[in-house]
Amino acid sequence: MAGNPEPPARRSVRAAIVLAAAAIAAFGLVAVVHEATRDRIAATARARELARFDHVLGGLPHDNDLLADTVTLRDPELLGTTEAVTAYRARFHGQPVAVVLEPVAPDGYSGAIRLLIAVAPDGTVLGVRTVSHHETPGLGDFIDAARSDWMQRFTGRSLGNPAATRWRVRKDGGDFDQYTGATITSRAVVGTVGRTLEFFARHRDELLGNELPGDELLATPATIQP
Amino acid sequence: MTPAAILRAGFRDQNPGLVQLLGLCPLLAVTTSLGSGLGLGLATLAVLIASNGLVALVGRSLPAEIRIAVFVLLIAALVTAVELALAAWLPGLHAALGIFLPLIVTNCLVLARAEAFASRQPVGNALLDGFAMGGGFLVVLVALGSVREVLGRGSLGGDLHALLGTGGPSSGLHLISEQHGFLLALLPPGAFILLGLGLAWRQARQAAAT
Repeated sequence: MAGNPEPPARRSVRAAIVLAAAAIAAFGLVAVVHEATRDRIAATARARELARFDHVLGGLPHDNDLLADTVTLRDPELLGTTEAVTAYRARFHGQPVAVVLEPVAPDGYSGAIRLLIAVAPDGTVLGVRTVSHHETPGLGDFIDAARSDWMQRFTGRSLGNPAATRWRVRKDGGDFDQYTGATITSRAVVGTVGRTLEFFARHRDELLGNELPGDELLATPATIQP
Repeated sequence: MTPAAILRAGFRDQNPGLVQLLGLCPLLAVTTSLGSGLGLGLATLAVLIASNGLVALVGRSLPAEIRIAVFVLLIAALVTAVELALAAWLPGLHAALGIFLPLIVTNCLVLARAEAFASRQPVGNALLDGFAMGGGFLVVLVALGSVREVLGRGSLGGDLHALLGTGGPSSGLHLISEQHGFLLALLPPGAFILLGLGLAWRQARQAAAT
């Protein structure tokens, strides 16, 4: 205001009001866009989830909604994370045909590797996929299905094929070839798949059980951590 | 300023990537392929045009004490809107850009153009500056992404299909087998080295011109 300076107090109040108005306008913009995109984002996320299941189930027929038939698990030792892990159950005519688990390999070369593993009721691996990882591009990203088919070596394997003690990379006396130059990544993934199968073997009945679907923790002492 | 001068500044004389060196963090982190460079470039371009336009509209009437705060609010709201839109319509690209999409808020290029240019210029000039600066940034992102993808993966535009969600097994050119890719180009040091070569090229051109 040239020639007629505002008193400082009025100036502050005016600034506060303008700032508040700007905040409300910004909030309004975000709210409108959020409202306009919410349903589409939810649908996209759902489609992505279902597509992930198709990858690990390998075309196995099922007729239920996996996203609605879940059990929440917690087992830091075998599933690699202190957070809750969701198991999705695939059924066909009401009979369980597979359980999809999402364990974490905490010991990747650069942090946690999240996996998606489908296990048949008899404990056989139907498919393994990497959900997310931070491994070195070009070296450790062979676990990405888009990069190599290394992960397919688990399909059809189970505890006993090879034996539980042989679920290691060859370098550690196991049955699985480590990927050249990325032993740590290979070790993390092989170990996690093996431990997940062990978890499945221990809790097979609860996992395949017919309790009402929903967010219930497995009521086995070993799986519940405070 | 004339429109031609604004365009020249953004794409060449004051290029954000090669001259002002603004927004280097996303520039180096995201440019592992042509597709992701293009994606971040377009997102930044959209935010920059919109923020420059809005800032030119309201900038002059703002009290000096809160001007920057209001600019940051505006930019944050715009970036959030772009992020939500990408999550809804281009989820592949949204996933590939990850944290660097919301981090456009902190790209100093956006705030710098709002404060240094858009708040003192008519709306038309501000929009053009947003286009020129965003475009200049986009060109550097795409160039760096292309070079790194060709050297590191032996392909060009190889992940476009995943980013655009058009399906199909693959896209783009495949020049050499991925096995023979030059890994360094995909790693952060490779990004610095290649950007350094770009800077050297730009300096040499300028030296030759003067």
